[in-house]
Amino acid sequence: MVVELGHYALILALMLAGAQAFFGLAGPSLRSERWLAVVPSAACGQFVFVALAVGVLVHAFISNDFSVHYVAENSNSALPLFYRVTAMWGAHEGSMLLWILVLTLWTMALVARSHTMPAAFAARALGVLGLISFFFLLFTLATSNPFGRLIPAPPDGNDLNPVLQDPAFAVHPPILYMGYVGFSVSFALACAAMIEGRRDQLWAQWMRPWTVMAWAFLACGIALGSWWAYYELGWGGFWFWDPVENASFMPWLIGTALIHSLAVTDKRGLFKSWTLLLAVTAFSLSLIGTFLVRSGVLVSVHSFAADPSRGLFILALLVVMIGGALALYAWRAPLMKSAAGFDFVSRESFLLFNNILLAIAAAVVFGGTLAPMIADTLGLGTLSVGPPYFNPSFLVPILPMLALVALGMHARWRRGGLGEARRPVLIALGVALVLGLALSLGVYAHPLKLTPVGAVVGIWIILSALIDPVDRLRRGLRLPASIAGMSIAHIGLGIFVLGITFVQSNTIERDIALKPGESAQLGAYRFLYQGGADIVGPNYEGFRGTVSITRNGVPVRVLYPEKRRYWVQGTVQTTAAIAPAFNRDLLAALGEDVGAGAWSLRLQYRPLIRFVWIGALIMAIGGVTAVVGRRRAQPLPDGATLPTATALPGGGSLPAAPAPPRGRAR
Amino acid sequence: MTPRRRRLYWVLGILVGVGLAGGLALRAFQQNVMFYFDPTRIAAGEVRPGQRFRLGGMVEKGSLQRTPGSLEVRFVVTDFRHQVPVHYANVLPDLFREGAGVVAHGRLDANGTFIADEVLAKHDEKYMPPEVARSLAAGQSASAAPLVTPGQVH
Repeated sequence: MVVELGHYALILALMLAGAQAFFGLAGPSLRSERWLAVVPSAACGQFVFVALAVGVLVHAFISNDFSVHYVAENSNSALPLFYRVTAMWGAHEGSMLLWILVLTLWTMALVARSHTMPAAFAARALGVLGLISFFFLLFTLATSNPFGRLIPAPPDGNDLNPVLQDPAFAVHPPILYMGYVGFSVSFALACAAMIEGRRDQLWAQWMRPWTVMAWAFLACGIALGSWWAYYELGWGGFWFWDPVENASFMPWLIGTALIHSLAVTDKRGLFKSWTLLLAVTAFSLSLIGTFLVRSGVLVSVHSFAADPSRGLFILALLVVMIGGALALYAWRAPLMKSAAGFDFVSRESFLLFNNILLAIAAAVVFGGTLAPMIADTLGLGTLSVGPPYFNPSFLVPILPMLALVALGMHARWRRGGLGEARRPVLIALGVALVLGLALSLGVYAHPLKLTPVGAVVGIWIILSALIDPVDRLRRGLRLPASIAGMSIAHIGLGIFVLGITFVQSNTIERDIALKPGESAQLGAYRFLYQGGADIVGPNYEGFRGTVSITRNGVPVRVLYPEKRRYWVQGTVQTTAAIAPAFNRDLLAALGEDVGAGAWSLRLQYRPLIRFVWIGALIMAIGGVTAVVGRRRAQPLPDGATLPTATALPGGGSLPAAPAPPRGRAR
Repeated sequence: MTPRRRRLYWVLGILVGVGLAGGLALRAFQQNVMFYFDPTRIAAGEVRPGQRFRLGGMVEKGSLQRTPGSLEVRFVVTDFRHQVPVHYANVLPDLFREGAGVVAHGRLDANGTFIADEVLAKHDEKYMPPEVARSLAAGQSASAAPLVTPGQVH
């Protein structure tokens, strides 16, 4: 019975989402206060019922209710309790439900912050969110109902995919979805601004914190996924340009562009229509990504044929949401004129370059990801696009972008030039040249041609990001949250660039067959295979090898890589053993018994790989710092005046003018 | 410089940049895209000599040969009409087994042996890479001797 309650809760949530969309979008146009008042209540109700549905599904997993089809497919009574809970989002139906839960969470957050913007504007944004939620709930109920029954119930379930039986799986999808779905708020605010045809740029100020938060979550989610793939898939790669990875990376790239373009729109009132287009694009890419992953289109065009209703629904939804937003954009964008101009080497130019280059990078990834699908549909043959395409093509726009970061951070608004920062930036470049070349040619030998470039750029970005905070500290000035956040995020970027550079150029990988007592040399490290023994776990059996590592004769670590065979599905899984450290990872993974007493082993040395994930994490921390700090610095109680950034005639460009009283903007 | 003129330069500069990036990306695409061939198309001589490509099919039962104590393996990939011998000297993936679908990256040598530098079998047993499923289905209907049912394509 409980399970049916979950199903009904989902249907009620669908109706409330419909009400939220209708009253939110129609209310402001009809100037009906009572209609507006419905919107937050409908949003809260929707959240409650979606949460209830999620709770019911989790309960079905915990209580091993195999009469629920979805539970029978993805769980087993031998599965530990923790994984029975996370199995909720282990396959298509449940992850759609998680998507919707996250959307309602963001909606609740917007309801909580809606007093910072005019009531009609907030209602319109909530209406757009309600519309998105309505379509997703409809999709889930019509084609992917997680509460479908399986009668008669099987005695036991089919078990969760062993790859997903990992602690990282508990956090990776929710955080990734927080990022993906978070762009829906930027999208909704952009739609609201376009519906109202606002000529000011207040919407940019309202959109900034939401965009930055979503972007930070997405950065964390992608980094977590990469780290998880690295240790769980067992073979040591951390980025494969896999369609699923690209699907989350493209919105992040456009989100990064959006954050920077929002800064210009907020501060100077420029790039308005471009910012709106980016906000629409970021969420559209999230939608496309979600569906490419969830529908399996990318694995095969024929999955549409396998479940035509699902595929058609997806196409219709994409057309309605993205097409609708773009039509709105085409109609309203000409209103969003920007009057002010700027000099060639001003902050605006640097941010414009940042935007163009990031957009090109996203386009490169988009093309490579969709090419196999397009070629297959057009009958041009079955092809695949891998790192040999992505790596060089991605670097073409990204390398210049990175090279400009250190300068762009200090360029002055409007008038151009670096001003006082000119000297420290050049000194930072000098130091970066010395350190970068020493690192790439001295410490790490045998580099690729681009290694010194990456090293110098990475260090230059870090040093350049430190100039402002150090200068302010020395002069005893307060460090505003926005500058602290920006500096932290750029330091993260520099660390990330260093990590990628050296892990790409100095990794050593070897596949080798070893008998007990034999060893292999990787750089300075010697891996000695000492043999192994059979093991038995809660729901698997396997073999555990012992590999001891020494560096110049000094013991470093003993690793125990495993090969597991899970009983229920009979899946064999490699569990790599990793010795992590600040400056390098050592990895050993078992292949198989190759006869004559030997096992095949994969051994790896990866320098600075931790920098990749730590860098991404620091970028996210920078974003959060800027948002949280700014909110603390300037609380906006109801009825307060909002600063505007109207470009004043004749010079004064920064937010200076007193704001017009907050009101029903139309 | 008039604002109009300046804007023209901006637009021109951006167009040149975008064009350049697009051109480079297309070049990288043309050089690095990998096509898929099954044994029948290889037998028909569709592969250019030295071309790197993806080979797909089923690992023929009883064809796996190891050199004991080393990484070297030889096996045969079939689509039920034609066979291609494969040589590989790295760690095989977990889901690799005889009678299962497989995709390998590599080149043909002069004797018609496929020298693989990467072998993929990342899906579970119920699942076949779609292109492999198609090759096998075509092969089975041609030979009219069903050996295995290719897994359904989700």
